[in-house]
Amino acid sequence: MSVNSNAPRSRLAPEPVARRDFLGLASVWTALAALGFGLIGMMRLPKAAVLSSPSKKFRVALPDSLAAGQPFVPPGRSVALFRDAEGVYAVSLVCTHLGCIVKQAPDGFECPCHGSRFTADGAVTKGPAPVALPWHKVSGGGGNYIVDEAATVPAGTKLKA
Amino acid sequence: MSANTETKSALRAFAENLRRAPRRILETAFRSGPPRTDRTRSSFVFGNVFLHLHAVRAHRWSLRWTTTFGLGIVCAAAFLITLVTGVMLMFYYKPYPDVAYDSIKDIHFVVPTGAFMRNIHRWAANVMVVGVFLHMARVFYTAAYRGPREFNWLIGMGLFALTLGLSFTGYLLPWDQLAYWAITIGANIAQSPREITDALGITDSFDIGGLQRQLLLGSDVVGEEALIRFYLLHVMLLPLGLVALLAVHFWRIRKDGGLARPDDADQRLGPPPADTYPVFTEAPAKTYHLAALVRGKTPAVGDGPENTVPSMPHLFYAEMGAFMLTLLVCVALSIWIDAPLKELANPNVPENPAKAPWYFLGLQECVSFSAFMGGVGIPMLVIIGLGLIPYLEREQQGSGEWFGGPGGTRLVAWSVLFGLVAAIGIEALAIRFGWLREWFPKIPQLVITFVNPGTVLALAYALYSLAVVRRYNSTRAGALGLFTCFLCGFLVTTIVGTYFRGPNWDFYWSPADWPKH
Repeated sequence: MSVNSNAPRSRLAPEPVARRDFLGLASVWTALAALGFGLIGMMRLPKAAVLSSPSKKFRVALPDSLAAGQPFVPPGRSVALFRDAEGVYAVSLVCTHLGCIVKQAPDGFECPCHGSRFTADGAVTKGPAPVALPWHKVSGGGGNYIVDEAATVPAGTKLKA
Repeated sequence: MSANTETKSALRAFAENLRRAPRRILETAFRSGPPRTDRTRSSFVFGNVFLHLHAVRAHRWSLRWTTTFGLGIVCAAAFLITLVTGVMLMFYYKPYPDVAYDSIKDIHFVVPTGAFMRNIHRWAANVMVVGVFLHMARVFYTAAYRGPREFNWLIGMGLFALTLGLSFTGYLLPWDQLAYWAITIGANIAQSPREITDALGITDSFDIGGLQRQLLLGSDVVGEEALIRFYLLHVMLLPLGLVALLAVHFWRIRKDGGLARPDDADQRLGPPPADTYPVFTEAPAKTYHLAALVRGKTPAVGDGPENTVPSMPHLFYAEMGAFMLTLLVCVALSIWIDAPLKELANPNVPENPAKAPWYFLGLQECVSFSAFMGGVGIPMLVIIGLGLIPYLEREQQGSGEWFGGPGGTRLVAWSVLFGLVAAIGIEALAIRFGWLREWFPKIPQLVITFVNPGTVLALAYALYSLAVVRRYNSTRAGALGLFTCFLCGFLVTTIVGTYFRGPNWDFYWSPADWPKH
């Protein structure tokens, strides 16, 4: 950019210092880019690589007296285990709406928080829950079972006892 | 001999200075002496880093009781109280599950003044939430968001969000049943975009809900990670953000020319009272005409300062009054009603009913229809809509006046009626007859997500306000209608959620009817 030194310029008019502007803008944009990348990098920190939750797998022995269609809830767990003629299966008791623990009701389960109702095999019959209660993977045998709360299986999957 | 006199006089001067030191310290703290003349009153304000957030003079219209009801100061005062008492509570609070609960118990029952500190912290937080709602309504109804104050309205929205965020994060810290389940519900609301992604079958590849929840909790359960995160947000990140925005908010009030007032405010106020000290009776060391260099509607542009009074004492005394009143209310409430503390959090047995703090119960009522729409969709629309108000509504009529604009008070009254009837009607329908799932058990979830009492109500309000815009041929009229309707909807859902919902979120006329178990 050439400067016409003969042209009358106001004292208040900005000086045409193109190089300085270029350096200034370059420094501003590099600083912003560095900040941006830094922020993206920083965002990785709050997303934990290892979740500190307790183990999702647990071992359980079903009582012999457990009747068909009767839920058995291991103490401290949010899973109901059932045993019927086709086998053993586990239904999650964590409401699919907003995570409250559903309670046993005469015809299945009901959620104390927002009134969702489920049948004994987890299907939604009423309320705001968007999907059915998931079924969890059950393995083992001979009265002793391992339930994995992290693994979901299609509803109806039962382990032959 | 002469040396001796000098020593003597130096000693005397020293003694004299020592004697005067306390007074001098005070005098030097305030550069220009006591604020007794207009000149010293001005420099009292602009010579002080905190006070100069204010202009040196305030318009008489701004000082009228009915202009603001002091609501902004109420919010700031309540925030100051929570800040001070919050720091006091940090002396004893330990953010670790179970230990946290014990430390709150210690604070409440053992620590000297602990119960009072905790009570007033909670009550001031409640006063702040109420104050922020009312303050926002005041600014809206007096059309004070219009140019040049548009951006300050956005800053205010940020402060509104931060206030609710502070309340929400503070709610978990006692680690009792109430806290635990309210946060479980809150964290799952953050996860509720899954309602959409699940219905579309894309959760495996695009799980924004799960990510939000995991960032909030630092885990997949509400546990120690969640508590330390909420603690960090509550005592550090959110207050810092709030203080920063607050400074900008205050500063911009001044830079935007003080509070909004009608164009004919001066005529309406009439001549200043006889005891008002006129400005230009003595030679001022600084004129207020500097303000004339500032673009826009600052008080001094094209106008003499005749209808303004010095901020010191008129404005500051009024602000101190509002502050003291807020403090009085908070203290009285804290002496009268203790902050609640339920049993220790139990991750296996939800509180029944599990209720969030009252200002979230309107939302909780909406999430009892659809988690995503009630907890994320509608609130987002409301926040975006509120933020856009000053950019979509750029009319002139009624600035600075209560319910100013086409339609005015009459329109607001009709909107209250419509807002209440529509909200109560749709609630009554849903409570009495249920909703789509009970009528058509096989209905896809996506239909319920988009057609539920919450969305139907929001749509009714939107259509109503469109009709108002057409009827009055004015965006301001439509905004008055919509804002009033949403306020009514908030009120109705909050009252239903607070007083008429019992165990299993069923409807009860009174808590006395709740089933015993």
